[in-house]
Amino acid sequence: METGIYNKRKRSNKVGLSLSMFAMVLGMVVLLWILFILFTKGFAALNFNFFTESTPAAGSAGGGLANAMVGSLMMVTSCTLISTPIGVLAGIFLAEYGDRSRIASITRFVTDIMLSAPSIVIGLFVYAIYVAQVKHFSGWAGTLALSLLAVPVILKTTENMLRLVPGTLREAAYALGTPKWKVSLAVILRAAKSGVMTGILLAIARVSGETAPLLFTALNNQFFSSNMNKPMSNLPVVIYQFALSPYENWVNLAWGGALLITLTVLGLNILARVFFREKS
Amino acid sequence: MTGMSSGIQLTAQTAKIVRIQRIQDFLFHKVTLFFASLVLIVLAGILISLIITSWPALSEFGPGFFFSSEWDVVNQKFGGLTSIYGTLVTAVLALLIAVPISFGIAVFLTEMCPNWLRRPLGTAVELLAAVPSIIYGMFGLFVFAPLFAEYVQPALTSTIGQVPVIGALFTGAPNGIGLLCAALILAFMVVPFITSVMRDVFEIVPPVLKESAYGIGCTTWEVVTRIVLPYTQAGVVGGIMLGLGRALGETMAVTFVIGNAHRIKASLFAPGSSIASTLANEFGEAEPGLHYSSLFALGLALFIITFIVLAAAKWMLARMEKQKGAKS
Repeated sequence: METGIYNKRKRSNKVGLSLSMFAMVLGMVVLLWILFILFTKGFAALNFNFFTESTPAAGSAGGGLANAMVGSLMMVTSCTLISTPIGVLAGIFLAEYGDRSRIASITRFVTDIMLSAPSIVIGLFVYAIYVAQVKHFSGWAGTLALSLLAVPVILKTTENMLRLVPGTLREAAYALGTPKWKVSLAVILRAAKSGVMTGILLAIARVSGETAPLLFTALNNQFFSSNMNKPMSNLPVVIYQFALSPYENWVNLAWGGALLITLTVLGLNILARVFFREKS
Repeated sequence: MTGMSSGIQLTAQTAKIVRIQRIQDFLFHKVTLFFASLVLIVLAGILISLIITSWPALSEFGPGFFFSSEWDVVNQKFGGLTSIYGTLVTAVLALLIAVPISFGIAVFLTEMCPNWLRRPLGTAVELLAAVPSIIYGMFGLFVFAPLFAEYVQPALTSTIGQVPVIGALFTGAPNGIGLLCAALILAFMVVPFITSVMRDVFEIVPPVLKESAYGIGCTTWEVVTRIVLPYTQAGVVGGIMLGLGRALGETMAVTFVIGNAHRIKASLFAPGSSIASTLANEFGEAEPGLHYSSLFALGLALFIITFIVLAAAKWMLARMEKQKGAKS
C-alpha cells in the first residue's frame, strides 16, 4: 500500500519534469524556427543593389533599402548621443544621491514602468507635443521618440552598475579630499565603465527594432534624404509598410530588411554580454 | 615671519579651493537631479498631453466612450469598446498560454539543466526577448497564420468546437488571422520576459530550504511546487503582471495578425482589433477632429491600464526583494 503513494509521487514528478523539458524545447524550436525563416527568406533578397539603391516605387522591380538604412543609422546615432548623457547623469543621481531622497525613489519607480510602457503611446506623445506643433513629420521627432525609450534603459543599468562599485573605493577617494563630482565621474563611473557600456548597447539594440514610435514621428520617405528636419525613411517602418503590401518585390525587400535588423539587434545583444563578461 | 605669511596664504588658497569645490559639487548635484527628474517630467507630459488631445472626444461621448462598441468614421461616432475588448482578450489569452510555458522553462533552467547548458540556454531565451516585435508580426502573418488556418483551426472546430457553450469560441471561418492567432504570437513574445523574472526569483530560494526538502525524500517536482513556488509567490505574480503589461501594449506583432475589424464576435477565430493596432492602422489617415481625438483617448486608456498593471508588477517584485533582504 505504501508503494501506491510512492508510485503516484514518482509519476507526477516524471510528468511535471517532462512537461518542463517540453516547454524548454518548445521555446528553442520557436527561436530556431523564426531564425530559419528569416535566413531563408531574407538571404534571397540580399544583393548588391539592396545596400546601394533606394526603396523602389510600388509595383516596380529592383531597388534596395539604402535610404532606410541611412535614416535608421542617423536616427539611432543621434538618439544614442542624446540619451547617453541624460541616462548616465540621471543614473549617477540615483546611485550616489538617491538613498534618502524621495524624488529618487519616485524616479526609480517611474523608470521601471517606462521600461515596459507601450512604445506606441510614446509615439502619440511626441506627435502631440512636436509633430502637431511644427506640422510636419521629421527625423528629429523620430529621434526624440527613440530617446524617450532609450533613457530608461541606460538610466537603470547605470544605476545598477554604479551600485556594484565597492564602497571602499568611494571612501578611499573621499579620504584624499576629492570632491564628490570628481569621485562620481572619475572614480566610480570609470570603475563601472564596462557595465555602463553594456546598458548603452542594450538601449541601442532596443531602439533599433522599434517600429511603433516611428510611425507617427519620422514616418517614411521614399527617397534618399539625410535631412533630419524632413520625414525620414527607416528600416522598421519600411518593413512594416512593405510587408503588408500586395507587391512581391516589396515583400521580399521587407524580408531582407527584417533579416538585417534582427542580425543587428541580436549582434548588439551578444556584444553587450561579451563586453560585460570580459570586464567583470 | 615669512613662514607665517605663507601659512596664511595657504589657508586662504585652501579656502578658495574648498569654496570652488563646494560650488562644483552643488552644481553637479543639481544637474544630475535635473536629468533624473526629466523622467518624471516626461511622465507628467505624456498624461497631460494625452488628456488635452483626447478631451474633444471624451467631452463629446462622455464616459460612454469606453463602453460603446460603435466605431463609425463616416458618421463620426466613436466608442472604444471593440479595441479595449480585443486588447484584453488577446493579452489574457496570451498569458494563459505563456505562463505554463514560462514556468516550465524556468523550472528546467533552475532545477534540471546540466550546468554547462545553463548559460547558453538562458542566453537563448533572452535573445528571444530581444527579437524586434515586427519580426514576430511578419513571422505570424506569413508563416504561422497559414499553418494555423490549415491544421490547427479545423482541428479545434471539430473537437472543442462541438462542445456546447465554449464551442462557440472555436467556430467560424478558419482564416488564420484573428484574435486567437494574435494571442498565440503574443504568447511567444512574452514567454521570455516572464521566464527571466521567474528564473531570477527561483534562484534566490535559499539552497538550505530546498536541500532539507530533498533530505526528507521530496521529488524534484514536489520541491518546485511546494517549496520554491510558495517561497517566490510574490515574484512569480510580479513576473506575470510584467508580461501582461507587455502584452497589453504590444503593437506590431498584433497589428499584423489580428485582422483589424471593429466588431465583437463570440468566436476567437474572428478578426478583431486592439488599441495599439487601431492606433497603428488609423492614425495616419485620421483627420483632425473627433476621429483623431478618439484615437488619443484610446491611447490614454492604454497608457493608464498598462501603468496600473506595471505598477502592480513592480510592487510585487519589490516585496520579493524585501523578503530576500530579510531572509538572507
